[in-house]
Amino acid sequence: MDDKVTNVLFAGIGGQGIIKASDLLTEAAFRMGFDVKKSELHGMSQRGGSVSSDVRFGKKVFSPMIPRGEADYLVAVTEDQIEVCEEYLKPGAVIIRPSDFSEDVANSKMLNIAMLGRLNRYLKFPEDLWVDLIRQSFKAEIAESNIAVFRAAAEKEA
Amino acid sequence: MSAEKIILSGDEAVARGVFAAGVRLGTGYPGTPSTEILEHLSELGSKAQWAPNEKVAMEVAIGVAFGGGRAIVTMKHVGLNVAADPLFTLAYTGVEGGMIIVSADDPGMASSQNEQDNRLYGEAAHLPIMEPSDSQEAYDFAIKAFEISEKFHTPVLFRMTTRVCHARSIVNLWKTPEAPQVKPYRKNVAEHVMVPANAKKAHVRLMNMLADLQKWNETSDLNVISGPEKAELGIICSGAAYQHVAEAAPKARILKLGMTLPLPCSKIYQFTQGNKRTIVVEEGEKYLAEKIRAAGIEVEAKRDIFLYGELNVAKVKKLIANDETPDAPPKPGRPPQLCPGCPHRKVFESLRDLGCIVSGDIGCYTLGVMPPFNAIDCSTCMGASIGMGLGLRHTLAEAEARKVVSVIGDSTFVHSGITGIVEMVYNRPATGHLVLILDNTTTAMTGLQENPATGRHLNMTPTHQLKLEELCAAIGADHVDVIDPTLHNPEFRALVQERLASNDVSVIVCRRPCILQMKKLAKYAKK
Repeated sequence: MDDKVTNVLFAGIGGQGIIKASDLLTEAAFRMGFDVKKSELHGMSQRGGSVSSDVRFGKKVFSPMIPRGEADYLVAVTEDQIEVCEEYLKPGAVIIRPSDFSEDVANSKMLNIAMLGRLNRYLKFPEDLWVDLIRQSFKAEIAESNIAVFRAAAEKEA
Repeated sequence: MSAEKIILSGDEAVARGVFAAGVRLGTGYPGTPSTEILEHLSELGSKAQWAPNEKVAMEVAIGVAFGGGRAIVTMKHVGLNVAADPLFTLAYTGVEGGMIIVSADDPGMASSQNEQDNRLYGEAAHLPIMEPSDSQEAYDFAIKAFEISEKFHTPVLFRMTTRVCHARSIVNLWKTPEAPQVKPYRKNVAEHVMVPANAKKAHVRLMNMLADLQKWNETSDLNVISGPEKAELGIICSGAAYQHVAEAAPKARILKLGMTLPLPCSKIYQFTQGNKRTIVVEEGEKYLAEKIRAAGIEVEAKRDIFLYGELNVAKVKKLIANDETPDAPPKPGRPPQLCPGCPHRKVFESLRDLGCIVSGDIGCYTLGVMPPFNAIDCSTCMGASIGMGLGLRHTLAEAEARKVVSVIGDSTFVHSGITGIVEMVYNRPATGHLVLILDNTTTAMTGLQENPATGRHLNMTPTHQLKLEELCAAIGADHVDVIDPTLHNPEFRALVQERLASNDVSVIVCRRPCILQMKKLAKYAKK
């Protein structure tokens, strides 16, 4: 394992599953054997305001906050938060946005999970690890549909 | 012993730590970023409860500790202001069972009205201070804090910050949980009854205890030196600042202080001798730097520009370089707002339309200050709406005085609004006064906690329900009405106008449940 820390910034507004998605990535990175830290702001941000969450993983992570200009990935659950987060992105950072998905997915409650699927095209964690994790984190009646959404988003287009 | 590694927030890690250490009781008042400690403690199976306010919580915890059990009391930084009265004398009495006082500070004010640095309370009251820097230390230090507390018969001020409370990282749960133990009760008048004759001795005992604790802290493993033996740059830090420092200055020699009162001055002096330059990197006030310099040890303090906001890696680099150029302001995100369907919306629309002067309070409804309402004139601290409203009534010309309304939420009212009603009926303004209790049947701002007016405990079991309207009537308000301002808005507006036109002192309980609370209760009913 090299010393590089991978930084994933999640952004959107309250109620879009940003905390959930970033918790899942944190746990996934932990199960991959990385040191991992996550930081977020609660409180006032629950009331329809901007919410962001920083996930950092690697051999050793110190600060729980992604320094400006160092995010490798931005998972933006709302388009309008992309501009707000720009200063945190590395040049050439990968941005995952709602318009990357079909309208059905973009307007569903599972957009956060679809975005994790898309993110995994780059992170390349084993799919089984995600499937187990989603199954353990959601109620049985919605776990399978989330897994399906994750898989579809994770598959490369032909 | 089977160690288990899991990912926890700092708040959860504290709960795990005190649970493992056999805590008898957890108590506190909800406040970001401290709230999840007691919620998690309750989930683990410990006795954990919300008090009406931080002062009562502190007093209950003192009783547990006097009784020989281990207690934790949790609050946000401004909560310790409310609990400061028992705090200062508690330092004199000391404790039998271990006692941890969590102060969750909020540098940067993610969700607070100020960014006070509560290490200064430790200094003013002479309390040992521990500052964990991540979740593992939150767990380890919580266990250690009880040991120190009992060994030295002192409560411990456990200072956390937003980026420790709400950051998640890997924790090794090394301790097999112990069942709560209670020492046999010992009547101890000399130490527990603070009449002057006893308190004079207690003050001396306190300072002697701190001298002993300082000796202990010189060699304790709470304070860790890392990096090369000799270096150009040495950095002294504590809490979340350490994590930023370790990343911002990987070649520096670092002294991370886990116990920041009493300071291990010999260790700090020895540390500075290995460095060409030593700077203190800390969030909040220049607490460490000033204490260390007062001990005659040469260190650099941060520049004043770093007194504001929270630290991060980039800021720490600038701090070390004495670079005072201001940061570019962050791009504004979406500001928080009252939820669609929030019961407070109709109240503030009405008060705005009626041209009221609104004395506000602390809760979701502070967002009544935002457009399109623009309906709040002042807001300072929990419970202040009533006193400030009365002061405005005593001061403004009659036409303006008649427009003054105090608004306060149900949980905030129970916290520190009741005495405001007593003041209102005792020292009546000439034009009377009107208090609106915005009763959304929960403590919404901090994430839907129960309170004495909901009739449910922290763990959702039923208990006596405090009736706010009966309480206000018993205190002696001239009129107490209960109305749903959303469902009956014209009637609500007419009632406000009628009360404002009179010289009476009145309370209107605006009762309509928070929409998020209704979802929570529906979810709970399904379980």
